[in-house]
Amino acid sequence: MPRDNSIKKVLVIGSGPIVIGQAAEFDYSGTQACQSIKEEGIDVVLVNSNPATIMTDLGMAHYTYIEPLTIDFLEKVIEKERPDSIIAGMGGQTGLNLSCELYDRGILDKYHVKVIGTSIESIKEGEDRDSFKRLMERTNQPIVESDIVTDVDSAIEFAQSIGYPVIVRPAYTLGGTGGGIAHDEAELREICTQGLHLSRVGQVLIEKSIAGWKEIEFEVMRDGAGNCITVCSMENVDPVGVHTGDSIVVAPAQTLSDREYQMLRSAAINIINSIEIKGGCNVQFALDPNSYNYAVIEINPRVSRSSALASKATGYPIAKVGAKIALGYNLDEIKNAVTGKTFACFEPTIDYVVLKFPRWPFDKFFGAKRTLGTKMMATGEIMSIGKSFEAALLKGVRSLEIGQYGLERKSSSARDLETLKKRVVTPDDERLFDMAEMIRRGYKVEKICQITGMDLFFVHKIANLVEMEEELKTMSLDDFTEENLTYFKEKGFSDKAISRFVGCTPPDIYALRKKWNIMPVFKMVDTCAGEFEAVTPYYYSSYDSENEVVVSNKKKVMVIGSGPIRIGQGIEFDYCSVHCIMALKKAGIETIIVNNNPETVSTDFDTADKLYFEPLTEEDVLNVVELEKPDGVILQFGGQTAIKLANFFDEMHIPILGTLPEQIDEAEDREKFDAVLETLGISRPKGKGVWSVAEGIETAEKLGFPVLVRPSYVLGGQGMEITYNDDQLKMYLSDAFEKDSKNPVLIDRYLCGREIEVDAICDGTDVYIPGIMEHLERAGVHSGDSISIYPPQNISDDMKRQIMDVTKKISVALKVIGMINIQFIDFKGELNIIEVNPRSSRTVPYITKVTGVPVIDIATRVMLGEKLADMGYGTGICDEPNVVAVKVPVFSTEKLPQVEVSLGPEMRSTGEVLGVGYNLENALYKGFIAAGMTVPKAGSTIIATVGSKDHEAFVEIAKRCKGLGCNFIATKGTARALKEAGIDCKLVKKISEGVPNIIDTIRSGVVDLIVDIPKKANNKKSDGFKIRRTAVESSVTLITAMDTFDAMVNVMEKHIDESKLDIFDINRDMRK
Amino acid sequence: MKKTVKAELILENGVRFKGNAFGYIKETVGEVVFTTGMTGYQETLTDPSFAGQIVTMTYPLIGNYGINLEDMESRRPFLKGFVVREKCDVPNNWRCEMDIDNFLYQNKIMGLENIDTRALTRVLRDNGTMRGIITTRVGDLTPSQIKQKFDTYTNAYAVKETTIDEPYVISGRGTHLAVLDCGIKQGILRDLAKRGCKLSVFPAFTSAEDILAVKPDAIFLGNGPGDPKDIPDVVETVRQLIDTGMPVLGICLGHQLISLALGCNTTRLKFGHHGGNHPVKDLKTGRVYITSQNHEFVVSDLSDDVEATFINVNDGSIEGIRHKTKPVYSVQFHPEASPGPLDTQEMFDRFIKMIEEVKSHAKR
Repeated sequence: MPRDNSIKKVLVIGSGPIVIGQAAEFDYSGTQACQSIKEEGIDVVLVNSNPATIMTDLGMAHYTYIEPLTIDFLEKVIEKERPDSIIAGMGGQTGLNLSCELYDRGILDKYHVKVIGTSIESIKEGEDRDSFKRLMERTNQPIVESDIVTDVDSAIEFAQSIGYPVIVRPAYTLGGTGGGIAHDEAELREICTQGLHLSRVGQVLIEKSIAGWKEIEFEVMRDGAGNCITVCSMENVDPVGVHTGDSIVVAPAQTLSDREYQMLRSAAINIINSIEIKGGCNVQFALDPNSYNYAVIEINPRVSRSSALASKATGYPIAKVGAKIALGYNLDEIKNAVTGKTFACFEPTIDYVVLKFPRWPFDKFFGAKRTLGTKMMATGEIMSIGKSFEAALLKGVRSLEIGQYGLERKSSSARDLETLKKRVVTPDDERLFDMAEMIRRGYKVEKICQITGMDLFFVHKIANLVEMEEELKTMSLDDFTEENLTYFKEKGFSDKAISRFVGCTPPDIYALRKKWNIMPVFKMVDTCAGEFEAVTPYYYSSYDSENEVVVSNKKKVMVIGSGPIRIGQGIEFDYCSVHCIMALKKAGIETIIVNNNPETVSTDFDTADKLYFEPLTEEDVLNVVELEKPDGVILQFGGQTAIKLANFFDEMHIPILGTLPEQIDEAEDREKFDAVLETLGISRPKGKGVWSVAEGIETAEKLGFPVLVRPSYVLGGQGMEITYNDDQLKMYLSDAFEKDSKNPVLIDRYLCGREIEVDAICDGTDVYIPGIMEHLERAGVHSGDSISIYPPQNISDDMKRQIMDVTKKISVALKVIGMINIQFIDFKGELNIIEVNPRSSRTVPYITKVTGVPVIDIATRVMLGEKLADMGYGTGICDEPNVVAVKVPVFSTEKLPQVEVSLGPEMRSTGEVLGVGYNLENALYKGFIAAGMTVPKAGSTIIATVGSKDHEAFVEIAKRCKGLGCNFIATKGTARALKEAGIDCKLVKKISEGVPNIIDTIRSGVVDLIVDIPKKANNKKSDGFKIRRTAVESSVTLITAMDTFDAMVNVMEKHIDESKLDIFDINRDMRK
Repeated sequence: MKKTVKAELILENGVRFKGNAFGYIKETVGEVVFTTGMTGYQETLTDPSFAGQIVTMTYPLIGNYGINLEDMESRRPFLKGFVVREKCDVPNNWRCEMDIDNFLYQNKIMGLENIDTRALTRVLRDNGTMRGIITTRVGDLTPSQIKQKFDTYTNAYAVKETTIDEPYVISGRGTHLAVLDCGIKQGILRDLAKRGCKLSVFPAFTSAEDILAVKPDAIFLGNGPGDPKDIPDVVETVRQLIDTGMPVLGICLGHQLISLALGCNTTRLKFGHHGGNHPVKDLKTGRVYITSQNHEFVVSDLSDDVEATFINVNDGSIEGIRHKTKPVYSVQFHPEASPGPLDTQEMFDRFIKMIEEVKSHAKR
């Protein structure tokens, strides 16, 4: 059927802030969907609270609302924009849940909005556990024995009837939040309680554990006429038991015979036919490795992390095709954009191996419980493409940026065999390396399969690599021949890995390769294994005979992407890379992107003119450079991942556009940078780099406590802390030097002032600041975790002039060409510099959207040689708008057991939301709501536990709260302080004081807000830590900084009537 | 590094691919084709339609789940060579009984691995199917030796090689089909038997008279290797059978033979359709099915009595025909799959329904 012409205006709901389990993949899918609808001449209305996305860019939709993703705000948008249709499956689980709720509440009916694509009835059949079970019975599909329960006792009763272990899965949550495997009644009680709480509908599913079965996924599509295709099969290398988001996944499935494969494929198609999916759907199976028995685990009738992976793995644009189906097209009417000739109604076939590797945040969260289970913990992922499993695996390992180039890992080598065995049975993020270590020690491969449930096929491949690594260890540089070196390269070994095992340097191996001409070729990802000529310039490297890349003689620029999403380097950097490409294209330059993140817009096949899906290491990037010989390479937008390559590029004489490596080093090297500041006469908190504990103590005493300590060369405030005395400092330093003795630790005087941040563009002479951002929390809270306010509310014009002046001085002195990010502290009226990053930062998308200044576009043009003065934006600071926009961080700490929650100098947030209003309080209100926080009202209950040094400040704010009709519950010290100030409060026991204590009170659900201002973070044994964990695990709003609490009370005092709040279309309403 | 025997594939157009030999090491000549199926290498290996051909798998990892005795499509492989990027030496699957290296060795099939199979695929795609030699005499064959090998290669007797010597019967209580075995896959027989059909299976060159002697309800022609025009005798037999008014059904080569018998033409595709992802449109309903395909030749120039029932969505080629008045119906694709998607399984039901209708009509 051709397009449904009654569709004129479609509402698309995004997935909101990046959290674990719902990341950049929805920006990719959502952006693709919006474009796919737009190109049909249909208007798109977009609602998404996440300002860091491409999707919410100016002009991406016709009407873009960066507003809280709640029913009330969505209704406002619907009322204002009157879309005739809504597409439900493009915004992840969030978008799906909201669409269902809009439908259930009759809002869609009220405004005559029809659901296009998969219907709400169909969605519900797959989503709700009970109806899913009925659906499976109807379609004659096996499922795992299970029961839905709404209370803990029934769960225990059912578990006894089917036997432990059992798996607990809450209904309607993201990334399996709140689920887990229970081996006995006690564990079941704990997991079930939490699961019931987290489920939107108060249901959890208890099911028999089938740990050890293969986990297989299919991405399937169906159109309105009933035509069905499968886009891709995927097999989890880790068997059932580890969440698919935390598993190494390979595509296509590797270990299934055609009979098994077709059995599951047919099942997937029968299911989507039965519920009449119109669009894409993900179907997950468990398959008994010893029979034809299988079970359907779940279906997701929407775009997903897996659909993004399947799209990137095959080249088949699922979201784009899904959107077209929703508009009425059939699969055989939609062109295959990759071949340009065939149609979307076919099944991609691939001729390479794709691997997905999760990227976990444990490098940031040392204390986290790293055991992998049914709850997803990875923040991001990488994808690698190779001709063999081994090559893909090694590419994947080095893409992770965890310092690994082979399978030999220091921490695994240090473990004894017994420990290793225990660890691979209860897997964590190091399982692969632990397994490799066991094999290295001669442990039987078959036995590893037996205890892990992993297929021999995979374990044997790992054993192959271990064997090769061991062989390399016995070799010297002289032992290499053209033949054996080719063999190692074909199997995926990098020069770095080879040299590490052999004991030489990467240039030694590189020289041999040059001598024998052992160079990779690039192959195309074309959806059809070469059967048809393809037009997509999407490549991966392989040591093979034929190179398929046609190098043009146009002027071309290469952009280095930012790799996997991790804490401190998120989707913002992908936003920057994509915009850089757009700017280059506009300038008529051929664009080349190199990146390895399958979730992103930058790795969509039609973003850049050429896409190289490769690890972002020196060697892998050099391969592309040597082939393409770009006129310039841009590193500024790929975060620290790209910046890390600067020196190498410099050595290889590869032209870098923008700020030169020398200057980057000048900004990053503390001493060089201090010297620059000194010549410019700019002040910064006194401090220095120290190399030992003794030197550190001495320095701190000179500076005066408290001091801010951190390792040098970091992103995202890794390992940064404020220490208040000798003991704390000693502990920090000895720990830091133990981890890394080769680099100094930086000690700064800690200034508790107002933090200010600017992103600026410099052309070498002039500087342009799109906007100055003020942080709500005072210094000490990582800039990525504090609430940013624009335009600044408390900065005088004089201070702004100073900021402009200093920014210009530094930028010019550092010879910045392009972006620079500077963080200041206004300490008692004096402007101090705390950090300079000669690159794009995570605030760029935010400032771009709230100012309307195309920051990356300007920066890119500057890098190409244009002058700011000629560009029409001028120099100096951009005029401020009438609206206030706040960026509020969003955390995923509830998904990471035993991770500290409080705000501090180490970054912990995974995402962000925007709040826009005509005044600060309105903006903050929206920001809080969008971030999922509760703003207390009269009658609300607040639990408080505050250290004595903060009592005074706390009591002042508490008084205002009381005036607003809030009630307090507090622990002893805080209660006393409150009572002394005449504020009534209920006393609650500390944990050590017996039960029921503060933890029980929080869990009981009577609390609306928790204020817990910690003295020192990261102490797992402290009451505060447990209180904070309980708060996030019980989804109660938690405030850990006095400034945040103050701001929230300011908001409460405004008595904001949500129904009267304005909503803003960022394409039109920001500057009226 | 393991010890290997070097070997190379020499194509008719002079392009060479150096790799390692495996399986049964003996020089071989064949028509080189590629297949894009990602699973089902065992079914491919044992599909008689590949007789005389050197088959390249576009998927690089082959042999992962080994070989079992259940998934054989015929009594032995008939292909001339098997080319893969990487064969699996340590396969694993609960049904795995043998590895691929041994299987090829036992069946005297030459294997070639570790070549750039994608580059080979692209050569075939751009230049069309051509002949090739796999030899361990790397670089040693003289141009005249190569020419001679190509010149003496013929695949005209492929059906003769793959068909059976003696007729046999698969018992069943339902519809009685006389099956002409031109190299038929077990999958087709399995799917018909599953539906209760009684199958009288005949060698390809059986006369119409002998076939009709068993009093079948219908005639069925399955897949097989080579050019349908190489076996005019069989085409003639089919024509005679059609003339009896009895239902005649076909798949793949059978479909081509029927078409020739009905006065249509067959032509060679540039590089064939081999794989499990080919979209085929039912012209009556507009529905598109993903099908398994394995053919070099295609039906063209339909005669006036014949109409197309299915077409290929990618290249518009004919995928199914019917006679406008007689109960003759055939498809180019493989509803039995093995290997490939099972989406057109109902074709078998369609066949049987058609036969039953003719039967009940005759009774009335």
